[in-house]
Amino acid sequence: MGEKTLTRMDLSEAVFREVGLSRNESAQLVESVLQHMSDALVAGESVKISSFGTFSVRDKAARVGRNPKTGDEVPISPRRVLTFRASHLMKDRVAAGNKR
Amino acid sequence: MIRSELIQKIAEENPHLYQRDVERIVNTIFEEIIEAMARGDRVELRGFGAFSVKKRDARVGRNPRTGDSVEVDEKSVPFFKTGKLLRDRLNGKDPRPE
Repeated sequence: MGEKTLTRMDLSEAVFREVGLSRNESAQLVESVLQHMSDALVAGESVKISSFGTFSVRDKAARVGRNPKTGDEVPISPRRVLTFRASHLMKDRVAAGNKR
Repeated sequence: MIRSELIQKIAEENPHLYQRDVERIVNTIFEEIIEAMARGDRVELRGFGAFSVKKRDARVGRNPRTGDSVEVDEKSVPFFKTGKLLRDRLNGKDPRPE
């Protein structure tokens, strides 16, 4: 199994290899893809990328939490969270690739 | 937003690129992330989030219709954790000057 960590740099390197733009422009394009996805999510939209997965925003209600160390009650305010649901294709490829 | 709308937005911002190149760029990014996870690697995109692979142990499951027990093999599943900046932005905290 792998264990390497890829970053934006590896994604822009892939774009550079695949499309033949400059490294600088490849990096900017990776950035704007992430930026557009983030902006849509912040606006409350879901982002559905076919054969990759769906990012959606969910509202969580306020609740009373507890500090596990002290047992004290602490209020947890309502918040928005992002969930990612992988597509079947991604699940299948990840399962197949990591099979021993 | 769906994949084609994302491609459209990037194409509009980059009128010097062919539409088909923008498609290849966007597809390459998602393909690269899947390939990394299929190798067991992590993909960490600061501010946005991190994709990683989690292992689910083998277990004895049940067929919900018949109630029969079935052996479910150990398997690896994709996982995404939202980055701090995006989590903050979702909750109205935006440290970036626009």
